[in-house]
Amino acid sequence: MSSDNGALVQVRGVDKVFKRGSEKIHVLGGLDLTVPQSEFLALMGPSGSGKSTLLNLIGGLDRPTKGTVEVGGQRIDGLSERKLAAWRARHVGLVFQFYNLLPVLNAARNVELPLLLTRLSKKERRKHVDTALSVVGLTDRSRHYPRQLSGGEQQRVGIARALVTDPTLLLCDEPTGDLDRKSSDGVLDLLDTLNRVQGKTIVMVTHDPHAAARATRTLYLDKGQLTTEPVA
Amino acid sequence: MKYLGLIWSNLKRKKLRTVLTVLSIFVAFVLFGYMAALRMAFSQGVELAGLDRLVVRHKVSIIQLLPEAYEERMERIEGVEDATFATWFGGTYQDPRNFFAKMPVKPEEFLAMFPEYVLTDEERAAWGETRTGAVVGRALADRFGWQIGDRIPIEPDIWRLKDGEGAWEFDIVGIYEGAEKNTDTTQMFFRHDYFHESRRYGTGSVGWYWVQIAEPERAAEIAQLVDEEFANSPAETKTEPEGAFAQGFANQAGNVGAIITAILAAVFFTILLVAGNTMAQAVRERTEELGTLKALGFTHRGVSMLVLGESLLITLLGGLLGLGLAWFLISKGDPSGGMLPFFYFSPKDRLLGVVVALLLGVIAGTWPAWQAQRLRIADAMRR
Repeated sequence: MSSDNGALVQVRGVDKVFKRGSEKIHVLGGLDLTVPQSEFLALMGPSGSGKSTLLNLIGGLDRPTKGTVEVGGQRIDGLSERKLAAWRARHVGLVFQFYNLLPVLNAARNVELPLLLTRLSKKERRKHVDTALSVVGLTDRSRHYPRQLSGGEQQRVGIARALVTDPTLLLCDEPTGDLDRKSSDGVLDLLDTLNRVQGKTIVMVTHDPHAAARATRTLYLDKGQLTTEPVA
Repeated sequence: MKYLGLIWSNLKRKKLRTVLTVLSIFVAFVLFGYMAALRMAFSQGVELAGLDRLVVRHKVSIIQLLPEAYEERMERIEGVEDATFATWFGGTYQDPRNFFAKMPVKPEEFLAMFPEYVLTDEERAAWGETRTGAVVGRALADRFGWQIGDRIPIEPDIWRLKDGEGAWEFDIVGIYEGAEKNTDTTQMFFRHDYFHESRRYGTGSVGWYWVQIAEPERAAEIAQLVDEEFANSPAETKTEPEGAFAQGFANQAGNVGAIITAILAAVFFTILLVAGNTMAQAVRERTEELGTLKALGFTHRGVSMLVLGESLLITLLGGLLGLGLAWFLISKGDPSGGMLPFFYFSPKDRLLGVVVALLLGVIAGTWPAWQAQRLRIADAMRR
């Protein structure tokens, strides 16, 4: 899925401006970023620095005001809403800080959600779900509803849901932000394994230096620009 | 189908709210069934009326009588093929609640003009031979367990016997079947000559006439000719197609169709607000979840279809259960004890009920679905 130079994600000259009434808020300005295939990249920075905005742009959840976003050799900033949705379903796995599981569905059916958009049969979907849950070590919790699971377990279900379509790119927005240290370590171990063993490219936004330390590279975002040095 | 489980799970999120909404829709559709059956009961006479038959009544009102001698004059009018008459008899069989229509007629003429009432040759012959003979419809016979040979006493309320205060007695000589499924078989017909000779007063008068015409498209013209024939006489007439007469008869109870439509409109408008409010709340409560679905790859349209599907499932669930119960209860029979022989829930009305349930679901779900569709992922996830 990577482009000719081995980069999976290429962000070039991206501006992102939000409008709040008559006020314009410049979140990102002329930002460039290259993420090679199979990298585990951590994005750090103070609140409001634009980390999640950048993640949303890479994941096709939002569009840049200016510039280009290319993932796996495909420009996604100009795709129609329908094509972008299909692209997300196929190529990107999303992990959220607060898990974003549907409380009315049990773990297995939460994991199955992205597969509903595919042509897989019920039996095939079931097989994929079982595999994803076994990867995160929750086979025995598949019938449990989110309220019956701990925070760490819920996040594992969230990761299984992100993995179930076998995407190349995993985008994690503060995946340990709502977890205690032990659960946090479990989730980070899992992400680490997915990166090293399965070759998943991971971009993780985090405030936690302990989490960032697990990444192969860390970049810092400040005032709309990326740096390799922590923001003072 | 694969999304049905997701939609169903969402309905179970607030079980009490869903149950109450479904119940209110359920009750509305039970009411719909009953109202449709009631409308059918009042309008079926109109729908079954023959296009080639006119009804001639007294110009003042149906309860004023007409001379029996009008028959020959009517039959001489150009365009009229045949004329025959009947009279409203009233009377009570055992209990005032045992209501059914009873009319004296001239058997041969009557059966020739109304081929929808089917008798065997033996029954026809027996009716011709028995002065006190009466024929009853199948539904009426079944209602009271009557059989051929039974003697039926009818206590008079309009037409007293000439020689006493007692009951009129009729011998059942035939049980007629309906030529069509919806032919009225709840009536009793007996011989006019028996009625004519035995009544205390009113000799030489009849209630109304039926006139058979050869060309239905000339009905208005012939009706005018009939009325002109009897203009400026002591008993002027009002002639109208049988359908219009039946409609006028039904309208004595008020414009039932309009009343029923008004009631149902009010009920369904209220239900629309209930279902619409349920769906609007459901969408408001899970903005973030809808955003998550979009983030996972569901399109704007796909998410809005899920919301619309939820609305449809609620209204169809309540609607179909309500229609089913109404159908079951109505099929048990006329709740008035025989006053409404056409009280039934027709296939057309059942289909209409399903269409109304679908429409209700679409209308109630359109606004919430649109709200869900326009939800931007980034905004939804920030809430």
